[in-house]
Amino acid sequence: MNYAFDYGWLFVYWPVLVKGIGITLELTLVGGVLGVALGIACAWARALGPGWLRPVVATYVELIRNTPFLIQLFFIFFGLPALGVRMGELEAANLAMVINLGAYGCEIIRAGIQATPNGQFEAGASLGMSRLQTFWHVVLIPALQRIWPALSSQIVIVMLGSAAVSQIAAEDLTFAANFIQSRTFRAFEAYFVATAIYLALAIALRQALRGLGWTLFPKRTAR
Amino acid sequence: MNRRSLIAFAAGALLAATQMPLPAAADALATIEANKVIRIAVPQDFPPFGTVGADMEPKGYDVDTAKLIAEKLGVKLELVPVTSANRIPYLQTNKVDLVISSLGKNAEREKVIDFTTAYAPFFNGVFGPADVTVTDAAGLAGKTVGVTRGAVEDLELTKIAPADLTIKRYEDNNGTISAFLSGQVDLIATGNVVAAAILARNPPKKPEIKFLIKNSPCFIGLNKNEPALLAKVDEIIAGAKKDGALDAISQKWLGAKLPADL
Repeated sequence: MNYAFDYGWLFVYWPVLVKGIGITLELTLVGGVLGVALGIACAWARALGPGWLRPVVATYVELIRNTPFLIQLFFIFFGLPALGVRMGELEAANLAMVINLGAYGCEIIRAGIQATPNGQFEAGASLGMSRLQTFWHVVLIPALQRIWPALSSQIVIVMLGSAAVSQIAAEDLTFAANFIQSRTFRAFEAYFVATAIYLALAIALRQALRGLGWTLFPKRTAR
Repeated sequence: MNRRSLIAFAAGALLAATQMPLPAAADALATIEANKVIRIAVPQDFPPFGTVGADMEPKGYDVDTAKLIAEKLGVKLELVPVTSANRIPYLQTNKVDLVISSLGKNAEREKVIDFTTAYAPFFNGVFGPADVTVTDAAGLAGKTVGVTRGAVEDLELTKIAPADLTIKRYEDNNGTISAFLSGQVDLIATGNVVAAAILARNPPKKPEIKFLIKNSPCFIGLNKNEPALLAKVDEIIAGAKKDGALDAISQKWLGAKLPADL
């Protein structure tokens, strides 16, 4: 092997990488929080919502889960302006991630809700709780607790999938690696560093979500 | 090798020899006029300068320029398809008389071949719709410019960009074009050939040149020590610039006027 490794560019380009990490984390945070919120709403609608709402949500979920993320992103960024809806690359990236996680999260959370025995709904009603109170305290929290590991994985997948947003010139970590590669032609080094950072971010995010799980569901957390 | 094939081989060799062009030492223009044919190297894989059409005929800016020169010389045209890597060797080994293959001029090439005057515009610049008024790099302040990441125009624009210019770097030319057409960026920095490709689709937003970043027009290449041919081709180009023939070719293939300073 005659390739001479050269990491000298790190001294020049590290601000690009730092900015990229910041954007990736920001996208993951916003996409994760809003995506899970959307997922909860959709899971409620699909499992317990009114009859007319169920097919609407089912259509959304199937549409998103059966099309590539990159196409959804391009549609929002390049396609929607034709209808007069124009947003910047970060808004488009965030929206695509929320919509994407919302659909996958919906199915994961719905699995948790549907695993709730019928007797628990009746128990809630017999204690004089409203439907919403029953959903929140009796159904949702235990459901989330049950599927928390699966939901955590999905959030990590969304973070890794956010690499696609570099295609619409959002300056995330992948964009930073591409940018450095096209300026220095040190492809191996640039992508090696990006890989290492993604790995570290993914492990850190998984640990953070596990910690969040312990905080949110202190009694019987699935580990 | 038996006797019959030996005879066939000899006959073939003889035939080939009689069809061989005169040695390069002779005056190329005189040879062209004596043979009544000019051999011109053109690209076949570089739209809009040279491609092969659906009818298998070569077409493009370079092909039309070659036709123009043959016509003005009053000789038959023989097009020789070349790639960008072998276009100069074809000339040096006397397989062609001229190279019209979007050839840029640089010091290394000038050591081995001669160039006529420029016949085609080739430049990178900042393009935008008519209602955006920008005339230089300083005018880009506060604007958003799309560019293909890592391209020459990306590197050059980054050097001259004012502090509050936002540069959006897309993965490839298609991303840059889409960003421009969908209004995600105000302007794009790209080559005139890419701008021509956008214009060819007749979009609602038409990219017009705002200012040049890097100019490297195309020249016709010919062998060294051919002053008669050089003078003749220069004369034809000058004439074609004056009577609008070259402008017509530019309009047809690049969708833009021939720059006045070419």
